[in-house]
Amino acid sequence: MTEAAKTVATGRAIPDRLQSRTTRALHSWETILLVVAVLVFVINSFASPYFLNAWNLSDATFNFTEKAMIAFAMAMLIIAGEIDLSVASIIALVSTAMGLAMQAGAGVPVLVGVGLATGLFCGAVNGLLVAGMGLPSIVVTIGTMSLFRGISYIVLGDKAFTGYPDGFDFFGQGYVWWVFSFELALFAVLALVFWTLLHRTNFGRAVYAIGNNATAAQFSGIRVARVRFTLFLLTGLTSGIAAICLTSRLGSTRPSIATGFELEVVTMVVLGGVSILGGSGTIPGVVLAALIMGMVTFGFGLLNVPGIVMSIFLGLLLIGVIAVPRLIRGR
Amino acid sequence: MSILKHREALLALAILLLVGVVAARFPAFVRPGNLANVFNDTSPLILLAIGQMIVILTKCIDLSMAATLALCGMVAALLNGAGVPLPLILVLVVVLGGLLGAVNGLLVWKLGIPSIVVTLGTMTIYRGTIFLITDGAWVNAHQMTDDFKALPRAVIAGLPVMSWVALAAIALFTVLLTRTPLGRSFYAVGGNPHAAVYTGISVGRTQFLAFVIAGALAGLTGYLWVARYAVAYVDIASGFELSVVAACVIGGVAIAGGAGSVIGTVMGALFLGVINNALPVVGISPFWQLAISGSAIVLAVAFNSAQNRPAGRIILKSVEPR
Repeated sequence: MTEAAKTVATGRAIPDRLQSRTTRALHSWETILLVVAVLVFVINSFASPYFLNAWNLSDATFNFTEKAMIAFAMAMLIIAGEIDLSVASIIALVSTAMGLAMQAGAGVPVLVGVGLATGLFCGAVNGLLVAGMGLPSIVVTIGTMSLFRGISYIVLGDKAFTGYPDGFDFFGQGYVWWVFSFELALFAVLALVFWTLLHRTNFGRAVYAIGNNATAAQFSGIRVARVRFTLFLLTGLTSGIAAICLTSRLGSTRPSIATGFELEVVTMVVLGGVSILGGSGTIPGVVLAALIMGMVTFGFGLLNVPGIVMSIFLGLLLIGVIAVPRLIRGR
Repeated sequence: MSILKHREALLALAILLLVGVVAARFPAFVRPGNLANVFNDTSPLILLAIGQMIVILTKCIDLSMAATLALCGMVAALLNGAGVPLPLILVLVVVLGGLLGAVNGLLVWKLGIPSIVVTLGTMTIYRGTIFLITDGAWVNAHQMTDDFKALPRAVIAGLPVMSWVALAAIALFTVLLTRTPLGRSFYAVGGNPHAAVYTGISVGRTQFLAFVIAGALAGLTGYLWVARYAVAYVDIASGFELSVVAACVIGGVAIAGGAGSVIGTVMGALFLGVINNALPVVGISPFWQLAISGSAIVLAVAFNSAQNRPAGRIILKSVEPR
């Protein structure tokens, strides 16, 4: 067969033989991530004598659990070809709403309800603007990013809400069993839920279809706008959940809460092997990326590396993860 | 073209209305001296918004502009402390800004990484670099020489140098974008990349140049900012990239690329500048600024898309996904 015959219009060569399941699994991004995760773990245990300790490792999980909860929904959103840069600001607004409810004398169940409802509401605002009105998600969420946090600033200014009721601290500081925190358990449950949703349901298939070719998806009977709207709702909801955990862990609300989370969430998703152009990616990849980022942050922390240096590393990671494979493939 | 003209007229009307409402209760606001102050205050936003507009014209976005500004500003302050003469500092910040923009541009051009990801990454890298070179220390007014601090405030023909720089940039880039092949290629690349390739324009190279211009403008603004406020630290102009995008979107720059004008962008920036300056006068807390520019972005982008919707009779109903 000549080279020309192998090449289709897109310029991609069609292989003569498909790779076997094992070969494909070995070559997959998830395998690379797993190797990296093990490497980081080993390097960390040599770098610091405090790393290999059940309680220290348990503390380390707080570095990623809240961000990872959002990353699951963000992964689906990015697979569908959209993005939400307002997640950190949703956390700020949700936390502020809960603070207001707390001042009005609300108990723990009401606070959680307010938190989830506010998150859903913010997601619905993004969803209406993007899916309902057909506006580009990058600009819309850059706008709502300043709008949502801006509302927090209007309410709080330079003040803070403190004094959340007893029992509210469980979400961010409680332990389910031994060293396993409530947040870690919630992370595991959400990972399972989103894995099922993305990889085992029609909805999940629709997300991939829209990310690969939204017009074709529309023609094959997928309600594209409705799926997109639902994805923004999910991102809002998970941001709400993350906000409840974070507020409970910090025990206070400031308008600057969770600044820069959007970068870490997007980095996590991209590191997890989700294509930033949409159409491909998996939840296990995101889980592994979350573990790696959490362990690296924790390792840096043990070595007394300042947070801002950590953020340089994150920025390099975000670009490197996309750049390196492209450099190797020669683009 | 008529739509664009129409839009700029609308914006001008909105700004006049805004100024009028404030002036009705606080007549001092419209004194020429105060209006010149408002323009001077808005100059950094205008400079950055022009750079951002050129980047957006080519279907990209630059979220690292505020970080570039901060890094160049800090470098300017440190060079000043090291005794480097002012003219050389000015050249160096523009070159450094251009280089930082070139990094963004190269990643977009040579590796085809979406600009939003590149600049989201470089945003934290550039700002983190300030921390690395200063260890978080501030450069305060007493550590700067007098000529370094005086330049942006020096008054020439009734206006401070900072305003003159903004006016010069407006004139320069209006000519560049409407009267030169490079300027037209920014529009061509954003309007229809495929057609641009067939007319012999390199899409990647044009995007690269847009990032370099944006970076150089941010670099220059970095010096102006640090010299005017007489302080440099890690977090200066933090979050400013949002206002810059807001100014562009309000000014009618299409986020999908290919449409927008310098005049529109300048008016978008002035719109925000008037609001920011009027808030304290009217007695509203400055904490409202963020929410106002956020709603302005959302409203403007909704307005833009409503205006760009093709008019006329529907012959074949579109099945394009929304």
